[in-house]
Amino acid sequence: MGQYVVRRLLQMVPVFIGATLLIFLMVNVMGDPVAGLCGDRQCDPATAARLRKEFGLDQPVWQQYLTYMGNVFTGDFGTAFNGQEVTELMSTAFPVTIRLTIVAIVFEILIGITLGVVTGMRRGRPVDTGVLLATLVIISVPTFVTGLLLQLLLGVEWGWIRPSVSPAAPFGELIVPGLVLASVSLAYVMRLTRTSIAENRRSDYVRTAIAKGLPRHRVVTRHLLRNSLIPVVTFIGADIGFLMGGAIVTERIFNIHGVGFQLYQGILRQNTQTVVGFVTVLVLVFLLCNLVVDLLYAVLDPRIRYA
Amino acid sequence: MRGATHARWAACAMAVALATSGCGGGGDTGSAGDAALSAAWTDPQNPLEPANTNEVQGGKVLNMIFRGLKQYDPKTGEAEDVLAERIESTDSQNYTITLKDGWTFSDGEKVTAKSFVDAWNYGASLKNNQKNAYFFGYIDGYDQVHPEKGAQTADTMSGLKVVNDRTFTVRLSQKFSSFPDTLGYNAFVPLPRAFFDDHAAWLAKPVGNGPYSVESYTKGSEMRLVKWDAYPGEDAARNSGVTLKVYTDNNTAYTDLMAGNLDLVDDVPAQQLKNVKADLGDRYLNTPAGIIQTLAFPFYDKEWNKAGSDKVRKGLSRAIDREQITETIFQRTRTPATDWTSPVLGAEGGYKDGLCGQWCDYDPAAAKKLIEEGGGLPGGQVKITYNADTGSHKLWVDAVCNSINNALDNDRACVGNPIGTFADFRAKSTTQKLSGPFRAGWQMDYPLPQNFLQPLYYTDASSNDGKWSNEEFDKLVDEANAETDVAKAVQTFQKAEQVVRDHMAAIPLWYQNGSAGWSSRLSNVSLNPFSVPVYDQIKVG
Repeated sequence: MGQYVVRRLLQMVPVFIGATLLIFLMVNVMGDPVAGLCGDRQCDPATAARLRKEFGLDQPVWQQYLTYMGNVFTGDFGTAFNGQEVTELMSTAFPVTIRLTIVAIVFEILIGITLGVVTGMRRGRPVDTGVLLATLVIISVPTFVTGLLLQLLLGVEWGWIRPSVSPAAPFGELIVPGLVLASVSLAYVMRLTRTSIAENRRSDYVRTAIAKGLPRHRVVTRHLLRNSLIPVVTFIGADIGFLMGGAIVTERIFNIHGVGFQLYQGILRQNTQTVVGFVTVLVLVFLLCNLVVDLLYAVLDPRIRYA
Repeated sequence: MRGATHARWAACAMAVALATSGCGGGGDTGSAGDAALSAAWTDPQNPLEPANTNEVQGGKVLNMIFRGLKQYDPKTGEAEDVLAERIESTDSQNYTITLKDGWTFSDGEKVTAKSFVDAWNYGASLKNNQKNAYFFGYIDGYDQVHPEKGAQTADTMSGLKVVNDRTFTVRLSQKFSSFPDTLGYNAFVPLPRAFFDDHAAWLAKPVGNGPYSVESYTKGSEMRLVKWDAYPGEDAARNSGVTLKVYTDNNTAYTDLMAGNLDLVDDVPAQQLKNVKADLGDRYLNTPAGIIQTLAFPFYDKEWNKAGSDKVRKGLSRAIDREQITETIFQRTRTPATDWTSPVLGAEGGYKDGLCGQWCDYDPAAAKKLIEEGGGLPGGQVKITYNADTGSHKLWVDAVCNSINNALDNDRACVGNPIGTFADFRAKSTTQKLSGPFRAGWQMDYPLPQNFLQPLYYTDASSNDGKWSNEEFDKLVDEANAETDVAKAVQTFQKAEQVVRDHMAAIPLWYQNGSAGWSSRLSNVSLNPFSVPVYDQIKVG
């Protein structure tokens, strides 16, 4: 097990370097960021040259990348164009987005798995059909429509919530945005669980468990659900990384100043330092989530062993 | 009492059960008492140094926390003395500036001549990377502190001299009669010692001499400004404070205004313009601002700079139905342009309604004829380049192309050429990489005709991206700048503008309006010519 983890961690190194290099090159291809700094006016050449020098933009790309990676390993992610350290931006943005992700994941697990179990156990009944139809609607409606609709209804028409989230973004204010963010994944989690449960319900070990005379809830939770969760865990694990980086739409609608906001602004202003820094951290989150998911397999299914 | 508490918790529990939030806090729109207001804001692009702020969002804050020698009247746009008691000159080149007594910064430091001279020297110095440094370009000695190439040879400009606490002199490197009128721009404000002594602390919480002082500033999310009670000026704030809240999307700000969580938005999103009357009634303002949108041309491209090209450009101008586009796409928040300046200058200030004449009138038949006479469209098609990331430019570029295509009876005469980001668009246009007309917007720095003409059309000027060059125009601008009589200077500038028209150096499209919407708590809301709300005049309650 320990060896396996070390091997996986070592495999992350080339993936990490490759991913950051790709992002670095992509942001670079977008052109000269200094040109956008002076509005509809040309920066005077002397100031532009000094800015390029200060941000290291006068050096060849490979050298910029090496310097950048060197700095990253000492914990220095550079400075954004507005004079803020990227690490400072991260320290304000990530906690907010992590809270939002937690809310979303909790929704996915609670509602998604519960509904999945209920429908999986009652396949073909009206409950099943009803929930399936509902999830179909959720999947087919884009997030921004759900978001704007809920914002307008709950925030403006009925006045139950504030349409925008305050800068502190406590859990309470993130419930609706979290639900919106989770909605599509939630539908997938429900469908995955349902299929998996329905399939496993007919398997031998479930019949044995029932024949042993175990109570129904124990059969469902200990035997059936545990074995049915593997695809769901894979999905949720990958979803954590996706939710953190892909919350741009939701964060914009509800004015949440998280990772999506910083990435969006970084891309618009062609701020290499911000974009590469945030994406680097997101890449790390993805890799770690994947590792945890793989380790969870062994917990859920004793037949899987890592050596 | 107990029962009531229980009931509230029960209500909260209900609300949570219904997947909502918002218990406990309630609407906290104000910061310092009831007479404070909250307003929408966007994260400023640059650090909040006066000579480094070149966009509206940072400018809003500077407007609130600083007062300079002059200020532009919110209604007329005229430059009026604030800290300046007198600005005197006999030759339009050597100026003696005397300050009013009794002004201090909000940290108690006196505003002296040195506060100005130090601030201007800081702004001009190359090593400080100030993006508005060129504003000091007229001052003698600028070449030494901000050379075009190589290292600077001086730290201070030789043209600035402190005479005593309340007097300093400015020597310009050339005659510039409207120099005093440019001094209302943010780059010219005085700076306290705190700015130089502990720069990082100052940036974290700026200190100035305006009607408001900064109470707290959380970068990227909000700034709280409170009324400075000891403000010595006449335009003291009529409310107790302003909280600027950062919004990523102006739609969300508008929704928040609807829900009563925000008091003021100064950028009503284009999608909401249709509803704004129904939503806000008379709590909506739509007034001209000092912004003009034009189509510029690549004069570095031979195809656009040969004999007869001006006819093609005039033909294109006549093929654009400005009336219809401003009506249907912009819901009258733009006004069809008939000259190259802006109505906010006023007739005396240099705006001339109808200077463009027939060349800005929609006439498909004439347009077709002109383009044929001029040798047809270069390459048979024009591509209008724009940045697709902000400002709903795609909408109007498509409409303009549509109008041109209809006028010329050719579906392929005009197409849009979107570029992903503003930075990339600017990079391409400033390095002369565009092969057709491109979007050119201009927001004035100060309300003078000079500002609408010289930076855009003078040979090699800072925003002359199309590299248009005309000796007659340059000569007239030089003459106008040296002219001491204001009325005569304006006339000369208009002559220069006629040169721009005769060559159709850029096609004027429309003047942009500023817009604002506010909650029922506010009154006396207005926008200045820079489309920034006049915060200090707003009354709450």
